[in-house]
Amino acid sequence: MSALSTVEPLTATPSDAERLFGADWASTLSVAHRWMTLGRVYDARMQALQRQGRIGFYGASTGQEAVNVATGLVSRPEDWIFPGLREQLVALVRGYSLTEYTHSIFADALDPAHGRQMPCHPTARGVHHISMSSVIGTQISQAVGLAYGLKLRHDPGVAWAFFGDGATSANDFHAGLNFAAVFGLPVLFGCANNQWAISVPVAHQTASESLAAKGAAYGIPGRQVDGTDFFAVYGALTEALAEIRAGKGPRLLEFLTYRMTPHTSSDDPTRYQPGDWAERGQRHDPYVRLTEWMRLHGLLTPDREAEEQARADTAVREAVAAAEAAPPPAPDTLTEDVYSPHSSAHRGATP
Amino acid sequence: MSELTIVQAINRALHEAMQHDPNVLVLGEDVGVNGGVFRATEGLFKEFGADRVIDTPLSETGIVGTAIGMALYGLKPVAEIQFLDFIYPAFDQIVSELAKMRYRSGGQYPCPVVIRTPYGGGIRGGLYHSQSTEAYFAHTAGLKVAIPSTPADAKGLLLTAIHDEDPVIFLEPKRIYRSVSGEVPDGDHRVPFGKARPVRAGDDVTLVAYGAMIPPTVEAAEMLEKEGIGAEVLDLRTLVPLDEEAVVRSVEKTGRAVLVHEAARCCGFGGELAAILAEKAFYSLKAPIARVTGYDTPFPYALEHAYLPNAETIAHAARGAVRGG
Ligand SMILES: Cc1ncc(C[n+]2csc(CCOP(=O)(O)OP(=O)(O)O)c2C)c(N)n1
Ligand SMILES: [Mg+2]
Repeated sequence: MSALSTVEPLTATPSDAERLFGADWASTLSVAHRWMTLGRVYDARMQALQRQGRIGFYGASTGQEAVNVATGLVSRPEDWIFPGLREQLVALVRGYSLTEYTHSIFADALDPAHGRQMPCHPTARGVHHISMSSVIGTQISQAVGLAYGLKLRHDPGVAWAFFGDGATSANDFHAGLNFAAVFGLPVLFGCANNQWAISVPVAHQTASESLAAKGAAYGIPGRQVDGTDFFAVYGALTEALAEIRAGKGPRLLEFLTYRMTPHTSSDDPTRYQPGDWAERGQRHDPYVRLTEWMRLHGLLTPDREAEEQARADTAVREAVAAAEAAPPPAPDTLTEDVYSPHSSAHRGATP
Repeated sequence: MSELTIVQAINRALHEAMQHDPNVLVLGEDVGVNGGVFRATEGLFKEFGADRVIDTPLSETGIVGTAIGMALYGLKPVAEIQFLDFIYPAFDQIVSELAKMRYRSGGQYPCPVVIRTPYGGGIRGGLYHSQSTEAYFAHTAGLKVAIPSTPADAKGLLLTAIHDEDPVIFLEPKRIYRSVSGEVPDGDHRVPFGKARPVRAGDDVTLVAYGAMIPPTVEAAEMLEKEGIGAEVLDLRTLVPLDEEAVVRSVEKTGRAVLVHEAARCCGFGGELAAILAEKAFYSLKAPIARVTGYDTPFPYALEHAYLPNAETIAHAARGAVRGG
């Protein structure tokens, strides 16, 4: 990482940080930075393994780490996460094991879902992470149903529905926001607007002035936030969550980010992205922006950075080694979990 | 015991399930204040309140998506889709999400949603209030499909569905909602899934049907009896799980099978039954398997009587099987 700034500097002051994170602000930022380092290292490693043919597929979330890490930190254990495409890091910050997650990437026998899903589709019930679907948008109205349960039982907790900019055109975005507002439910709608839906730019997704503006039509306050500014994201989430937890109904946050990788390992963005896209993304790299701010304020020394990097490298190396040592799922798991084990339905057993 | 119609039996089952378990709730269009357009949810709103008898906005994907989220949290949602014909906005949620949630999560997220919906023709409902598309759902692993034909089964199968750990598509034969009435056991009467109902015994031909096709099938069997043909009638009750054994055993006895459904023929459930019989009862067959089904057309309005199987067309197919043409 170059010492010379190539990014838009973050404008927060240390007193802003103290206001946001409390007296422990320096350690909160260190924790956040450590998770962002892990996310960055993990994405790089997995993309390399995919190119080597060691895993079948990978979808990175590079560029969206500020949103994911802030979500992990602001959310509470009693909350529930309905992920869109790129919120895997949220589960890890909330306590999901990196090793178990990596077993799911390798789709091996130790993947709790028995390798049934493509990589990057984890299920982590222990941290209230709902099983990710590939189908764009469907999780949005599901989060609303879960929030209905929270409200009905007077339980604490918020359902977090994540989705991309592309998903705002899908049926369930409309249905979900509408239902949540009509029933006044505790839902945080988090739109990770990375400005692309594979090759389609957000300007082709909507003629609306922003995605946040769509909230108004449902009676939901919406707000657009710089999703690459960790302070801004954390602040917006804290405010929105306080309102939701106070029973004021759902909130919509649009996090403006830059997709810094191909859509997935199956994509070639040179076919559609403008030549200066990578540079624009780099200028808004959430990880470098936070790193530089922390260097400037004496929270990161070169030694500390090297140590953090080494720690992330080791964690990822160990998780990959464990996954590569695991056998593939047992053949008889193919027909399990189609129905309850107590069910007489035997369809899963055919042919 | 109480003498009830099918729709009353459904109402009774919902009522009792909601009384016994505070996690059971009902959601859909017009199910609350109005008691449902067919009155299946009549009285529930008054007794259980707006929080558990939920009038939703008009969005089937919203209804089923919301029901999925409720089930993930441990509630027992019974979603009503006003007509099966209008379920398609929710098809994605049903097929992509509901059916696959348990499997794709390695059993971590069971999703026991019940979706009730009236289906079938014969009510002058035209293209979009008449269809019988149970095969779409039977085709999708992870879903169970129940279709009652009597008031007792309507209550018993619905209570089983509500207690089931898996998602259930519960198809209600709206043509006979009120025309068929009968004794319904009081209390927690449950009819197990995967057990066909032997409606009538006979030695010469097996008539397999379900839902609203049961009355004309029974009528056909009565006509055949007068002609000296003994027709056995089986009511499948659930397509998934399927009581394969009952179908195969009956056809092994009679040697002849007539498969009846009002759904279109192509890829209808009769095709699956015929394949099972070809695989498992082939050497017992004395005649080609016959299907009596709807046409491979959209569902018509003015000509629905021509589209739907009736006692005469069913009896005709059975005579053909027995007498060879
Ligand atoms: C319903 C549906 N249609 C199409 C696809 C194929 N697809 C996968 S990701 C994607 C774009 C998603 O864009 P966005 O919602 O912005 O999320 P991002 O990938 O940018 O995170 C498409 C079209 C899909 N998975 N689901
Ligand atoms: Mg996008």
